[in-house]
Amino acid sequence: MHSICSQATAVPRSNFAFDSHAPALPISKPINLRFCGLRKEAFGFSGLTHSCSSRVRFTSRGHSKRISASAENNGTPPKSFDYDLIIIGAGVGGHGAALHAVEKGLKTAIIEGDVVGGTCVNRGCVPSKALLAVSGKMRELQSEHHMKALGLQVSAAGYDRQGVADHANNLASKIRSNLTNSMKALGVDILTGFGTVVGPQKVKYGKVGFPDNIVTAKDIIIATGSVPFVPKGIEVDGKTVITSDHALKLESVPDWIAIVGSGYIGLEFSDVYTALGSEVTFIEALDQLMPGFDPEIGKLAQRVLINPRKIDYHTGVFATKITPAKDGKPVTIELIDAKTKEPKDTLEVDAALIATGRAPFTNGLGLENINVETQRGFVPVDERMQVIDANGNLVPHLYCIGDANGKMMLAHAASAQGISVVEQVTGRDHVLNHLSIPAACFTHPEISMVGLTEPQAREKAEKEGFEVSVAKTSFKANTKALAENEGEGLAKLIYRPDNGEILGVHIFGLHAADLIHEASNAIALGTRIQDIKFAVHAHPTLSEVLDELFKSAKVKATASSHVPVSEPVAV
Amino acid sequence: MASPFLSNSTISFSSSLKSSTLPRLFPSVSFSSIRFKPTPRRILTVRSKIREIFMPALSSTMTEGKIVSWVKSEGDVLSKGESVVVVESDKADMDVETFYDGILAAIVVGEGETAPVGAAIGILAETEDEIAEAKAKAASNSGASAPSAPPPPPAPAAGSTPAPPNSTPAYAAPIASEGLRKTVATPYAKKLAKQHKVDTESVVGTGPYGRITPEDIEAAAGILPSKTNVGPVVVVEVKPAAPTKATSDSSAPSSIPPPVPGSTVVPFTTMQTAVSKNMVESISVPTFRVGYPVTTDALDALYEKVKPKGVTMTALLAKAAAMALVQHPVVNASCKDGKSFSYNSNINIAIAVAINGGLITPVLQDADKLDLYLLSQKWKELVEKARAKQLQPQEYNSGTFTLSNLGMFGVDKFDAILPPGQGAIMAVGASKPTVVADADGFFSLKNKMLLPVLLPAMIGVIDFASVLLASKMYSSVMSSTIGVNVTADHRIIYGADLAAFLQTFSKIVENPGSLTL
Repeated sequence: MHSICSQATAVPRSNFAFDSHAPALPISKPINLRFCGLRKEAFGFSGLTHSCSSRVRFTSRGHSKRISASAENNGTPPKSFDYDLIIIGAGVGGHGAALHAVEKGLKTAIIEGDVVGGTCVNRGCVPSKALLAVSGKMRELQSEHHMKALGLQVSAAGYDRQGVADHANNLASKIRSNLTNSMKALGVDILTGFGTVVGPQKVKYGKVGFPDNIVTAKDIIIATGSVPFVPKGIEVDGKTVITSDHALKLESVPDWIAIVGSGYIGLEFSDVYTALGSEVTFIEALDQLMPGFDPEIGKLAQRVLINPRKIDYHTGVFATKITPAKDGKPVTIELIDAKTKEPKDTLEVDAALIATGRAPFTNGLGLENINVETQRGFVPVDERMQVIDANGNLVPHLYCIGDANGKMMLAHAASAQGISVVEQVTGRDHVLNHLSIPAACFTHPEISMVGLTEPQAREKAEKEGFEVSVAKTSFKANTKALAENEGEGLAKLIYRPDNGEILGVHIFGLHAADLIHEASNAIALGTRIQDIKFAVHAHPTLSEVLDELFKSAKVKATASSHVPVSEPVAV
Repeated sequence: MASPFLSNSTISFSSSLKSSTLPRLFPSVSFSSIRFKPTPRRILTVRSKIREIFMPALSSTMTEGKIVSWVKSEGDVLSKGESVVVVESDKADMDVETFYDGILAAIVVGEGETAPVGAAIGILAETEDEIAEAKAKAASNSGASAPSAPPPPPAPAAGSTPAPPNSTPAYAAPIASEGLRKTVATPYAKKLAKQHKVDTESVVGTGPYGRITPEDIEAAAGILPSKTNVGPVVVVEVKPAAPTKATSDSSAPSSIPPPVPGSTVVPFTTMQTAVSKNMVESISVPTFRVGYPVTTDALDALYEKVKPKGVTMTALLAKAAAMALVQHPVVNASCKDGKSFSYNSNINIAIAVAINGGLITPVLQDADKLDLYLLSQKWKELVEKARAKQLQPQEYNSGTFTLSNLGMFGVDKFDAILPPGQGAIMAVGASKPTVVADADGFFSLKNKMLLPVLLPAMIGVIDFASVLLASKMYSSVMSSTIGVNVTADHRIIYGADLAAFLQTFSKIVENPGSLTL
């Protein structure tokens, strides 16, 4: 809002300076500086009215003591501590927290026992995006129909496995060094070794075989992340039975690979492997593929991402035993019925990828020293990420963010949680609204979502007694999508018709992962449909899919708008 | 198949074709240009001096081959250039020779079994010391995947090579527990089977561990693998020794067809599979047919004259067709991509020949340039080779125009299916006495085969009784006539083109003097 104001100040008479809330309104007389000030007030007010209810609290009820303390300490650490903040784990969550802490003037250290960047950068989102970029291009080049429709002629598309693997590896190293450099440049101390909590506000770290160092900090954040979860009975040899850690190195492209689990990870790898020529068999314990996605989106995704590809699947089954290929025998997978537990089938494949989720990496953290018990490995935390001990009491000055607390196992969620913690320890209470955190699956086309699925929303509506409506738009009506010959796709909005609140948005289609943020920002800021529908989108762009979506929603006329219609805004 | 070429330096392929009998047939270029989906990613690691004998690609359409017989037995000493095994491709039986001196240590794929192109069918050891190791390798290759494969017979003690001194029976791989094997089909194979209504139980898998691959289903459904179905080409594969992967290369099928009550399932031979594929593929070409009656009195007279010199009617017709094609190059052209004409520089007449259990089209190359006697000589050789299944690929797949003659069986008319890759095919029926109007406008009875389209028209014009009368009265002016029916690809050859070509052909046959020039 400050930038809006200063923009108007600098170019007071320009018709091009605008406020995102203003353009739909009639323009009257030239703007003046005072008016700009008014707008600022109005914005601040509206932000308060519809966000303060549950998400962002500006009041400091119950936390006033700590806030005043940390306000005094801000910038000048007390002599009794080595650091203001120590973060254990330099993944994306730790990195986000560290950067924000420095911005807030905290003396910060980060402890990393492995490589900077954690799972996301080294064995997760980052290298997988490199592989998926290749798979997207291969898919396009191999689709004779698609190419013909564009008038392009391409002879047999091929790939060099090592080249693809190198691309993924190079990307990971580059992002890793960017991350390291950004922290070093800001003066974050990177302490190498395995971090362990030895007592309140006290951490030891060190490499194996070297004496431990003990450091103290006013606040500690645990951000140790997770590792691939491998169910019992599955023998991972790293060659023919692998996890995402191995798969991302792309040491081989098997002819036929079974993927155990059809969530994000499994789905993305099926996209990569089928584009590179493998055939895929999904093994899913639940009764349908892609659990966790909005059912309607899941159904469409299955029609586009599974059925026409060289993929088959077994649902409602557990893989109880997976044996790697050896002695001239293929990989064997024993399946039992998920409900009756009776043996169902035995598969013989060339490789198996275990994508059954991730387990928190919290062993050896020394949580017992401060009376904290993990739950299935996860560190229990409250809504402010503060660690809860075995007696249900908050542990002072100890926080846990990211996969290790299991609230929402996404890199950007970890980072957001880290920033939220830093906000709190520097005197501003903050509760992260997890329903505003978007998620994306980078298949071709992509899937993205934020907020509730339709069944979740209907359940909530039933309980709380409000009405739910659904609006949908198709990518087939979007000019840009049609220009790209990628009209397959759907955007779905779940909302309250009585007040225009956005409950959830789900997108399946070209660049869905990039499109979701308009919706997630609206949820985070509490923007209502009746307001956002007046926002202008460049034509022709994919963002018009969301524009259409908001415009097609039917919000009751009685719902109040937060734009003061009675006061015309001029620019 | 491609793997040995890709990983050049240290590993060279040890299988090849007998260069003496098959001269310029299989330059290495033709090998490396052929890639089949299941094979390229595999690298067979060849340690020390143990080499694998691969199933060679004997033609561009060959995806698998059947072992007709092993010329050599295990333990035999081989010298470079000797025939080792006879392989039945989709078109012919071929001798496969070795490029290396050594000892045939193990036979991986036994007689009567099939293996995909590029799969190891035998193991060659350089010295006796390596035989045991080679056998172990063979055992690990075939152990899990070929329950029906007979265990390799022990090396003959007699003969040029003594049994290896310390040959511990390393190939004693347990194959007893393989009794109940279920059908394993890959996801895409299952999808294709559903799409083409193929029962996977009736398909013999040729993939790793005997699994049914998409290619197997396509073969069973009689379709050529479409290009889009073929996975991406792996350009370079740099992979260090990966033993687990290498073993998956063994691909001898489990050849146990399930019993079907009340019927006998006889799988296609490779040749029948090839015919089936070609026939289904021909459906995608828009064809049409034009018939033409050709008076053969003069040709018959010429035939009587040249017959003692070994000239056959087939050679005469081929020569006549070739000479007509010279004047109508479009009929000798083909349409390869649906967008352009491919004019062939040579006129190669393929002629359909029925052989035991199959059909093949030996090709008279440059039929327009060779003289009638040479052509007849050549034809005789080709037929002999075809019957012995010894045709080389370019002797059956280089045709630019096909001739099919069923006249000798008394067939009066038929139409032929256009073989893929050619522009036209000519179907020739038997000669027949026919009434024709002569140059003076009189009806006369001539030996002529009439085509179905023309027959009603003729009857409409002439009184049937008078035909019978004429046949009695003017029997002295009866002429021998054949009906030819040409099927052509209408994308490039139009009705008028074909009519003009047939007119020229008819003139040549009716004035056959030029044929002997």
